[in-house]
Parts: sequence; C-alpha cells; structure tokens
Amino acid sequence: MAAQNKILLLDDDDQMLELYQELLKQLPSQPDVQVCNTGARAIAMLESEPFTLLITDLRMPKMDGLQVLAIVRRKFPQLRIVVLTGVLDEEYRSRAYAQGVEMFWQKPSSVEDIKLFQDCVESMLDRATQAPEGFRGVQNKSLVDLVQLECLSRSSSLLHITRGGLHGKIWIQNGEIIDAATTNMSGEEAFKEILSWKGGNFEILPADPARPRTINNSYQGLLLDTAQALDESKGPPPGAEADAQTAAPNPSGLAALGHFEGVSFVLSIPPDEKAAVEAWSLENSQEVALWARDTHRRLARIGESLHAGELTGATGIGLLENWALRPHAQKGLLCVGFRPAVGADEVEQTMNHVFDKWAS
Amino acid sequence: MGFLTKLTQKSGLHRLPSGTFTVDPHGNIVSSTVPQWVPEAQVREIGREILAIFKAAAAARLQFSEMKVQYAAFKITAREMRGGAMIFLSPRTSQALAPS
Repeated sequence: MAAQNKILLLDDDDQMLELYQELLKQLPSQPDVQVCNTGARAIAMLESEPFTLLITDLRMPKMDGLQVLAIVRRKFPQLRIVVLTGVLDEEYRSRAYAQGVEMFWQKPSSVEDIKLFQDCVESMLDRATQAPEGFRGVQNKSLVDLVQLECLSRSSSLLHITRGGLHGKIWIQNGEIIDAATTNMSGEEAFKEILSWKGGNFEILPADPARPRTINNSYQGLLLDTAQALDESKGPPPGAEADAQTAAPNPSGLAALGHFEGVSFVLSIPPDEKAAVEAWSLENSQEVALWARDTHRRLARIGESLHAGELTGATGIGLLENWALRPHAQKGLLCVGFRPAVGADEVEQTMNHVFDKWAS
Repeated sequence: MGFLTKLTQKSGLHRLPSGTFTVDPHGNIVSSTVPQWVPEAQVREIGREILAIFKAAAAARLQFSEMKVQYAAFKITAREMRGGAMIFLSPRTSQALAPS
C-alpha cells in the first residue's frame, strides 16, 4: 500500500488554514494535511518530517511567501510546491514560477474553482506517488546546459519551456535537435528565441517521433550560432557608440517584438525620465513617451483615489491605430501600437506575449 | 455558501463604485449613474484626468476613441465624445480574475 501523502499548508490567516485543511482532507487520496501560519514554522516542520506538497500563500508578514520559496527550493528540491494567493499579479506569478513552483493559483472563489483546485492537487499527489524516482531542483541550470545534457545523453524528448505567458517547445530525437516552436515562430528561429529567455520553467515530456525534422544543423552548431546571436543582440560595449539623448531604433531588441502579428510600433520607456527611450517603427517616440508617462501617472492617480488596486495596463482603440500600455516595476513602461485591423481582444492577447518577451 | 464568504474575507474589501457618467469638454459632469456615496469631486476629477489623456494623445498624434484601463480590482472604459467623454466604472469580480 502506498504511503499516505502529506501536505503542509502555510497561510497567515487561521480561518483560511482551517478551511483549506478541510477541503484538502476531502481529496480521494485522503492526504495528511498539516498547517502552519509562519514561514519560519513551515521550514521547521519541513525539516522535521518529509512532506509531498507545500501549499503556501505569498503575502505574509515577516517572511513572505517568496522568501519561503527561495529557502524551501534550496533545502528541499524534491518538494512539490503550489502557490495559493489572493492576489493575481504577473510579477509575483513570474517570480514564483522562477522559484520552481508547480502551480500558481488564485484563491478559489467559486465552487467550480474549488473543485478544479482539488482535482489539480489530487493529480499532483497522484504523480508524486507514481513517479517517485528522478531528480528535481535544477532551476539554476541554464537552458543551454539542459539542451546539452539531453543531446549528450542522446535522449529523445520534448522540452516544454515556459516563461510567464511565453511557451516554447524543443523536439530532440536521439540527441539531435529536430524542431522548435514558439507561439509565433518555428524551426531554428524559435530555438534561438527560446534560448534568449533568461529564466522560466521546463518540463521534459515524452518524445514525439512523428515530428517532422525542420532543423538540420548539429546541436553544437545551433548552440554556437545562438550564443553568437545573443552576444550581438546585447549591442556594442559601453562607450563604443551611444547617443543617450536620442531615441534610436533598436533593431536587435525591439524589432523582435515587432514580429508579433499586427504590431505597428514598439516603445520602451525606462523608469528614469532622463534615460533614452527605445523605439521601433515610431517617428515621434519622444512625444508618445511623454504622453505615455503622463497617462500612466494620471491613471495611477485615479486608481489610488478609488482603491482600485495596481494599474495593470491600458488599451486604446481607434480608427487609424490601436495601442496598449503596460507598466513594469523595473523596466518602466511598454507602449505598443497595433494596426486597426487587430481587434480589442486580440490587442490584449498579443500585448500579453509582447510584454512577457520584453520583460524577459 | 458560508465558506465562500470566508474565502474572500482576507483581501480587506473597499467599496468600489459601479456606474457611468459623461463629462463635457470642460470636465463638467453632464449625467451620472455613479452611486451617491462617491463624492462628486472625485467623479469630476476622474473625468478631468480622462479628458486630459485624450487631449494629450491627440497632441502626440495618437488617435483613438476608446480607452480601457485595467486595475487589479477595477476597470474603466472611456469613450471620447466630441471633446467630452462617457466613462464606465466597473469593479472586476473575483470570478473575472480567476486563472483561465
């Protein structure tokens, strides 16, 4: 008989702990659900006995969930982790996934959500029972290391890589990279694109022998080409040639964002108002940047006065052009223009991809 | 459904207004269905900020007639109307925020 799964539930709200403990106890596998209300206590409990799964809140006083994740990932690489939070924030989500969590859930708010949450946790426990072998916790390896590892061992597999809303796949057959794909690219181009992502999550899925080969370069050649392309995309070394006062087009960086369907211009506006903006396919970048900064300030003010929560973005729909504006805590603002044929929903969807790529 | 109430208790709820109002090109409120507990000055200020955004956009040669603004818990839709604007305020429900 399989050992009983153990779940550790961490939340600073005792009522939530009680509630989720009840919900998780109802799972078909009847796991042993233990609870704690501080990060320090959770770590102590994990040290004292093995758990299959940690379910943690993110916003907690003293040690917050991300700090707990950082410690737990390092100390207990085998442990599966689910984040359960009341705040749906892309940055939190990206940071949590970068720490290697299995799932990021907003606290369920309907009976259907609760059922879905229970099903996902049950499925995760089931997988933990069925596949107890293998190593986990290689989040500090680069994607290049991972690809090399798969190729050197002449594996056949499908690497599924995610970074925020970005998804990429690399097909490996007998140690050779045969194809790659992202949402809007395929083949070598997609491979280089995926390797340019600076972090994220991966899954090694079963091989797909029926996948047609589109990449014929050797994996060594591909990695070399990719490394070279990435070096070039970083631009000249500091001091080589820089005109910090003008918004120069940035063909290596922003042009890649212009490849997304329907995009007509891209404008990257750093948080420092004295720093130069970067633009692609936009003539009056300084004027638009001024407007974008001013608009962001005004909208943030409105949000503050209404207690509406963080400003996550804005979109504009017009006869001649559509646009979307998104703030990023470190990188500033991204303003993207879209051709008028792109509908409002499509603008938002494409903007998600463009923003994830820009932020990465 | 008592437990569903408990689920949403933690977030510390603020009352968010829901309604529509129109402002003329000078920022005066022409009509409003925004609840009365929202101070009129606050509604007027939102209108003026939105009008300023539309005007500044035209100066920056960005032409658009509708703007949607998303906050973590709120949504504003604004339509430009011959120099004035019609503004829709709507709280985002927790269901709408749920992961897809």
